[in-house]
Amino acid sequence: MVHTVNDTPMCAEPRPPLTRADLKADRPTWCPGCGDFSVLAIYHKLLEKKNLPQESIVTLSGIGCSSRFPYFVNTHSVHFIHGRILPFATGLSLSRPDLHPIVFIGDGDAYSIGGNHFDHCARKNVRLMVVVMDNQVYGLTKKQTSPTSPVGFKSKTDPWGSKVAPINPTKKLVSSGATFVARTAASNPNHMLEMMEAALEHDGFSVVECFSECVQFNPGSFDAAVPRKGGSYPPVPADHDITDEEEAYALTREPFPGYFGIYYKVDRPTLNETETGLAADPVSDSDPDAVRSRLEASLRRLT
Amino acid sequence: MTSSRENPAGTAYTAPETLNDAVIRIAGNSQDGIQSVGAMLARLAGRSEMEVMTYMTIPATISGGPSIFQVHMGSGRVLSAGDAADILVAFYQHSYDDHLESLRDGGVLLYDSTNVEPDLDVLRERRITPVPVPMTSLTIEILGGTGKKKGKNIFLLGLIAQTFRLDMDKIRRLLAEVFGHKDESVLRNALLALEGGYAYSIGDMLSFFTFEEPRLAEGEAAVTKVTMTGNQALAYGAIAAGIRFGAAYPITPWTEVMEQLRCDLPGYRGSFIQTEDELAGIAAALGAAYGGVPAMTGSSGPGLALKSEAISFAVMAEIPLLIVDVQRGGPSTGLPTNVEQSDLNLALHAGHGDAPRVVLAAANVEDCFHLVIEAVRIAHEYSVPVIFLSDQAIATRIEAFPFPDLTSVVRFPGAMPVIADSYKPYSLDRITRHLPPGSRILDGKYPNVTGLEHDESGHPSANSKVHMAMTAKRRTKLEVLAETLPCPEVRGPESGELLLVGWGSTMGVIREAVDRAAAKGACYSAVHLRYLNPLPPGLEELFRHFERVLVVEMNDRDTNGCGQLARVLRAQYALPHVGGITKTDGLSFRIGELLSRIEETVDSRPSAAGPPAEPANFSH
Ligand SMILES: Cc1ncc(C[n+]2csc(CCOP(=O)(O)OP(=O)(O)O)c2C)c(N)n1
Ligand code: SF4
Ligand SMILES: [Mg+2]
Repeated sequence: MVHTVNDTPMCAEPRPPLTRADLKADRPTWCPGCGDFSVLAIYHKLLEKKNLPQESIVTLSGIGCSSRFPYFVNTHSVHFIHGRILPFATGLSLSRPDLHPIVFIGDGDAYSIGGNHFDHCARKNVRLMVVVMDNQVYGLTKKQTSPTSPVGFKSKTDPWGSKVAPINPTKKLVSSGATFVARTAASNPNHMLEMMEAALEHDGFSVVECFSECVQFNPGSFDAAVPRKGGSYPPVPADHDITDEEEAYALTREPFPGYFGIYYKVDRPTLNETETGLAADPVSDSDPDAVRSRLEASLRRLT
Repeated sequence: MTSSRENPAGTAYTAPETLNDAVIRIAGNSQDGIQSVGAMLARLAGRSEMEVMTYMTIPATISGGPSIFQVHMGSGRVLSAGDAADILVAFYQHSYDDHLESLRDGGVLLYDSTNVEPDLDVLRERRITPVPVPMTSLTIEILGGTGKKKGKNIFLLGLIAQTFRLDMDKIRRLLAEVFGHKDESVLRNALLALEGGYAYSIGDMLSFFTFEEPRLAEGEAAVTKVTMTGNQALAYGAIAAGIRFGAAYPITPWTEVMEQLRCDLPGYRGSFIQTEDELAGIAAALGAAYGGVPAMTGSSGPGLALKSEAISFAVMAEIPLLIVDVQRGGPSTGLPTNVEQSDLNLALHAGHGDAPRVVLAAANVEDCFHLVIEAVRIAHEYSVPVIFLSDQAIATRIEAFPFPDLTSVVRFPGAMPVIADSYKPYSLDRITRHLPPGSRILDGKYPNVTGLEHDESGHPSANSKVHMAMTAKRRTKLEVLAETLPCPEVRGPESGELLLVGWGSTMGVIREAVDRAAAKGACYSAVHLRYLNPLPPGLEELFRHFERVLVVEMNDRDTNGCGQLARVLRAQYALPHVGGITKTDGLSFRIGELLSRIEETVDSRPSAAGPPAEPANFSH
């Protein structure tokens, strides 16, 4: 049975809070020990904590190991094509402001095949949250060099070790105009939750660059950021001004493993906002006569 | 209609002619405002009982260059932009040199004697009446120095109004509409130039033509008409169809569609965004469509090629989407400002895997309005991407057509969020109709929309049975659609020697060719296809009733002499007597050209009609 939302009393009913059981979906197919498990667990926790109406959450992804994400969370979800989920989510965000679109993609999807879209979503400040699950390798296609793989990384496409410089995601994001840029790691669940929560609350294009280890093809890659493995997890300095672009760039220049936390956060009108205000007195499809007379008036000018 | 214009030898210069329809070709440079005067003539014709059709060429470079505008107006059904011009207006020597050929014998050459020196011997030989008018100097006289560049076109409008006895009040009103919002002096100058042209004595010319503006017959009601280009019609059609979101990247000749929608959609609480590239364009449109908002993207050939991966997604995920391709000459950057129908293969096949989609093609400007509504309806009823083909000729030409009855055409196909007990997005026992996100599913199982092969709930599955069933599901819905399509109407007898098959912008020319051939005693029939995939029912039967079937199209032929549609039809029905007439000069067919191509083809190759040959035996 299908009811429309408006003519059913059910939507007025108070609802029990969203639980982990509500959000449970297919059993993840990742390799045991993959960092993506903990990103998923934190996403569940985030949704539980925020208690958004379940039907208003849309989990979206591209293609990659990390992009299998939507099947593992019980929300409306889209598993799109490689590299293009950001424009897809843009279309959804602009046309359905009532929803919460949240994107999960890998480093290859985000910064290589979809790199151009990242720049433009950032510049346009689309109301959208993106988590890049960066394992510095192509996982799904079984170990090729990714745009974040470090120099010297041995992969099936660079058996002698990669010779080209990786991109610097946070630097790229700040320079292309993202209004929220944070950096975290799957090895630090509490910090990850904190960053995701801040990203979700941000009104604009918010990106969380998240180290997520591929135990299969790039094991140990982030040990330097895991204190219990002898690494360090340096937080963004307390006196960092998150609204200062120059200071954000300074953070991005820190050598591996770099700082973790919010690099940059500013308020700028979103594309959603600027697109809404373009016509002075728009008519709505809920008033068919008004629609017809507006179109009629346009056509009259051509008689 | 056309025979009355044939000028028997020796009678020129003396006998006045009455024209039912007239073709005026204005040749100059693009900065002379030729396009705008042409557009005004078209609009005027649309405001009278006249039919009108225009044709224009614009230079590929922005800085200007030779340009023409051709207007065909008349009292009968004007089907094409016309072949030979009755009047050629030449602004410059190069205009004269390049376009004298297009003026019919016995026609009128109206030229700017400030710039043009015609070869009077040639004119005499071809019984062409030269009408010299020092347009540039007269306009300067009327308007001062600025008249050298501006105002000549309006002066010309006055001359044409005089020649064809057009209603001057209507013209003044039109000028007020066009220039009224600018500085007051602009309108004043325009009116001065108009009156100057109207009053300038070209008396002699009037004796060669009498063109009666058609009047309504007793008891006939006036039909209100709209006059616009194909691209405008497409944009307004999309709005009428209920499209509320669009995303695309600019490319000639598609761009005006997105520019128009960019400006108009916000007034309907919609939006059309310019994306970073074509891939983002289709992706964003798919995102909105997934959200339940009727959406579109569009481009020309190069951009459609880029969209192909996402087209396959739309097929797989079963998302309704309108995808427009305003075709130009290809391949690659090709001929950006010329016409060609060479994207049919791409429209039918763009994308990987078995990816059945719907392909429709507009036959004229009016079709761009009405057929795009049909395209959006199909997309939503069948949850399928629909590729809508237009072309450069339709995109840029201006036609007048009856004011659409908006009460019957305006649609609202969007999907609103609902509350459902349970929901399977890809149920096998019905055509997929997605519940948009925001819909509450009471059994707590939320749907996945995916490009992976999936089971009924949208879960990935590589199971053979699932893939077979889902592939069939995506195919069968087009079979269901095909059964509902109208059999295309045949112009002429339903059986005979020759059937011409057309698609897209060639409709008017093919029909005029059939009429003209009929007047000479040849009996051809014609059918025009708007549904190219799936094909409408009844075609095979129809084709079997003709000795020969020739598909007329503006693209290149294969080794069987077949263009892109001919090849599809030949393969679909396994009928060897289906052949083609193709061309690749980047220009629309002219009626005379088409008729001689038909005669050539019919003469040169014997009809291959008859039962298909036994299949070859390939076994060793
Ligand atoms: C158009 C296209 N090109 C290539 C692929 C193959 N492919 C799938 S995922 C992928 C890279 C995955 O790497 P990443 O985005 O980093 O995700 P991960 O698997 O590491 O999580 C590639 C190359 C594809 N599916 N589509
Ligand atoms: S291959 Fe790597 S990224 Fe993919 S699931 Fe396994 S561990 Fe995770
Ligand atoms: Mg990766």
